[in-house]
Amino acid sequence: MLDNALWISVALFTVSIMLNLYRVAVGPALPDRILALDTMYVNSIALIVLFGIWLNTKTYFEAALLIAMLGFISTVAVCKYLLRGDIIE
Amino acid sequence: MSLLLIVLLPLLGSLVPLMGSNERRNACATMTAVAPTIALGIALAYMGQVLDGDIPRAAVSWIPALGLELAMRLDGLSLLFVLLILGIGLLIILYTRFYLADGDDMPRFYAFLMLFMTSMLGIVMADNLLLLWVFWELTSLSSFLLIGYWYRQSEARKGARMALTVTGAGGLALLAGLLLIGQIVGSYDMQVVLDSRELIQQDPRYLPALLLVLLGAFTKSAQVPFQFWLPHAMAAPTPVSAFLHSATMVKAGVFLLARMHPALAGSEAWLYLVGLTGLVTLLYGAYFALLKHDLKGILAFSTVSHLGIITLLFGLDSRLAVVAGLFHIVNHACFKAALFMTAGIVDHECGTRDIRKLKGLWRFMPLTTTMAVLAGAAMAGVPLFNGFLSKEMMLAESLQTPLLGGLSWLIPALATVGSLLSVAYSLRLVRNVFFDGPARDLPRTPHEPPRLMLAPVMLLTVICVVVGLLPALTMTALLEAAASAALAGDSPELHLAIWHGVNPALLMSLTALLGGLLLYLQRRHVFAFQRQFRPRDARLLFEMGIQLGVRIAQRAIDSLENGSLQRYMLWLVIAVLCVAGSALTQTSGLQGPLENQPLDGLLIAGAIIAMFAGLATAIMHRRRLISLLMLSIVGLMTSLAFARFSAPDLALTQLAVEVVNMILLMLALFFLPQKTPQESGAPRILRDVLLAAGFGGIVASLNYAVLTRPLESISDFYLENSVPGGGGHNVVNVILVDFRGFDTLGEITVLCIAAIGIYKLLNRLRLFMPSSDADGRPWALDHHPAILGTVAQTILPLALLVSFFIFLRGHNAPGGGFIAGLITAAALLLLYIARGVDWTQQRAPIQFQPIAVAGVGVATLTGVGSFVFGQPFLTSAYGHFHIPLIGDIELATAILFDLGVYLTVVGSTLMMLANLGKMTTRHRPSKNKEQA
Repeated sequence: MLDNALWISVALFTVSIMLNLYRVAVGPALPDRILALDTMYVNSIALIVLFGIWLNTKTYFEAALLIAMLGFISTVAVCKYLLRGDIIE
Repeated sequence: MSLLLIVLLPLLGSLVPLMGSNERRNACATMTAVAPTIALGIALAYMGQVLDGDIPRAAVSWIPALGLELAMRLDGLSLLFVLLILGIGLLIILYTRFYLADGDDMPRFYAFLMLFMTSMLGIVMADNLLLLWVFWELTSLSSFLLIGYWYRQSEARKGARMALTVTGAGGLALLAGLLLIGQIVGSYDMQVVLDSRELIQQDPRYLPALLLVLLGAFTKSAQVPFQFWLPHAMAAPTPVSAFLHSATMVKAGVFLLARMHPALAGSEAWLYLVGLTGLVTLLYGAYFALLKHDLKGILAFSTVSHLGIITLLFGLDSRLAVVAGLFHIVNHACFKAALFMTAGIVDHECGTRDIRKLKGLWRFMPLTTTMAVLAGAAMAGVPLFNGFLSKEMMLAESLQTPLLGGLSWLIPALATVGSLLSVAYSLRLVRNVFFDGPARDLPRTPHEPPRLMLAPVMLLTVICVVVGLLPALTMTALLEAAASAALAGDSPELHLAIWHGVNPALLMSLTALLGGLLLYLQRRHVFAFQRQFRPRDARLLFEMGIQLGVRIAQRAIDSLENGSLQRYMLWLVIAVLCVAGSALTQTSGLQGPLENQPLDGLLIAGAIIAMFAGLATAIMHRRRLISLLMLSIVGLMTSLAFARFSAPDLALTQLAVEVVNMILLMLALFFLPQKTPQESGAPRILRDVLLAAGFGGIVASLNYAVLTRPLESISDFYLENSVPGGGGHNVVNVILVDFRGFDTLGEITVLCIAAIGIYKLLNRLRLFMPSSDADGRPWALDHHPAILGTVAQTILPLALLVSFFIFLRGHNAPGGGFIAGLITAAALLLLYIARGVDWTQQRAPIQFQPIAVAGVGVATLTGVGSFVFGQPFLTSAYGHFHIPLIGDIELATAILFDLGVYLTVVGSTLMMLANLGKMTTRHRPSKNKEQA
């Protein structure tokens, strides 16, 4: 039961990551692409957690935590760049 | 052991003056003199033993695999030089105390002087060829520092550079020669080499070895055609010249001739090369000494000439000539040191060294004049002075030589001419400066120098006279011991005496004296003759040569290294294609015995995404932001792949690096031109695509080939020993901080240095700041969006906690100092982005440089700490501890080391990124904070 649920979720998240990629590639505007990249990071968290559940290990938890905590900093940096050019001022 | 002390004491002594200060000069000089005095005492204590024919030795193994030992010997030759070096060195220390002006840095001078003294002592006492060479190069380096002591003067810098270039290059030739000799003999031990004369001289490699060794000796001893550096080394302070020209530096060359005499001398090549070089140098130096107007210039060329005499003597095929050469080394050292010091006193008192301006100084400084007259007489070779004795021996020996067959009479004739010139310039030096009518137009009114400044001159002059009067009593024993070393125990019987009866040598001496007087009186004809030549400045020629060399080298560099990164990549990739490609064609097939791993949909999807994003990064590189977003996707996919294939440490690191990387790129992008110009034409794009595809294909093939083959790697060792050896379950971390801790220490040091380098580069940088984005839209007005600020502040403590956690458990589970450092840095950078520099700086006025440096310090100290417990560098220890909530952890000393890594990473990352960010603010790194 859990295995099936795992595989279905993994498949769905993989598809959504592919769709994120499509959005990053196609745009049309820069904010669309940035948002898509951010979403891709979020979806990766799910993938990693699912992988951890599948292997029944805590080892991968920190990777997910790190993406959750820091992943958005890239997004913030790019956004700040769009807004002000100078990201640390 | 006490033999080693003779060299070690002055070496330690070079640190002593640094403890003194410029204000307390007497104390500084006295302290400096202590070490050489003790060393001299030790040498004297050995004297009796050495004179009896014993050769005390001491050796400490250094690099046995290379045949290199820290081996010292004290035979007669060494003893003679040790006494000269230490004795005259001590006098120089005393003299310098009064010579240096108030503005000169006395501790620095003494430190250099002692270093130089050490290296000279090392040369003369080395009992191993390689060791001798090490000290030889040390004299080149330390004399460079001494000659360039007044480094604010262009003359001094150029003279120092010239001396270093010539003697340094000669040193390299010497190394090659010594290596050849070592190969012929099969040992670098001095005694073995000296005993292998037959073996060496019959080997076909003898001639090249001899040439190389002589090249080293001749450059050092300023023999023609390498004489030009010596006069330019006159830019040094006079005590340095006095030391370099008398007992040291230039004497190292002739010492080498004497030292290698038993092994290399006697062949025809030796006789011609050494003898003729000496003869030419003798005449060249003496002639130009007569023409110079600068006091020190005259003395410098006279030194060249006297070195020529010594070299000539070593080149004559006679045992007595070698003795005469050694005798002349001592005599020349005494009178030349005295004369240089006198020249320094004159310069000091009158403010000029130009012989055309100086006159009649005897009225002002009768004592100095007396000393100069006596030392000058010794230099001229007047009877009853020491110079006369060795010069007469030289003339006598030159009569015996059959070197030039039927033309052999040329050698004594030319030697007499040389002596004649030497009389003339000595006369000119003494008479024009101290007599020749009353003094006029001197820049300063001279008077006698302080007694203690004159004391060294007096002592040396007294030695000149006493040796001149009582040669047999004073010198026989020492000379016989020295000659026995230079002649492999076959020392001739010595009859040092002033009067040998009327013989040809005496007549030649008299001819030289009278001829010299005559030449001096008619010297204006010589000057008029010389004026017909175009003056050639050796320095200009030398500089031209150097610049030509630099230009050629620069052109070679430019053709390879033209600043184009594409070009470097091109060569790199082509090289890999050729090497790896050709190697791959040799393998029997790509597929190894191992089965492929099973493939699932997730992997395929991930691979497709990564490939697509990678391609898009390259294709879209002209639209930078999009390209960077794509790059970010590649990074994310890489981290996921690391996670999928059981490398959680790598996944964590990759994630943290991605974040920091993005911030760096965004920071840099602001200062870069907003659009990439179209650079590549179609053929070039095609070429690059083909290259990239080929390179990728090869890397992929290699990967596949490696992964499908069973591999015996060192991993198993690490896996097995991680817990018992390093006390950690996380093998990656144990490798980083324990097994390969030394590597990591090197890496964090490099990181810290790179960060400091970047900080220094930013120091003076002024950059253009665009006022609008690429499409011409003005920037938004909201500097620090409130939501972002709030989020960032909330994240910071959380991130610090996580990084602390990851740091602490890093030894046993994924994590460690490096990742923790990156997390901390990223969180702090976020705060900078969200709240701005002003806000952050107010609340946390942290300097990053000390943090990075402290990190390297902590890591190093942890390593050094192992010494306290008698363990090798970076040995770790560990134990178990229980911390509430976090649980059982094993605390290893490695965690201290990891703390160092953590601090370095935090400090370095912030030093680079935060300072780049601060470029646009008033907190920018700048030399002058007020200007910022």
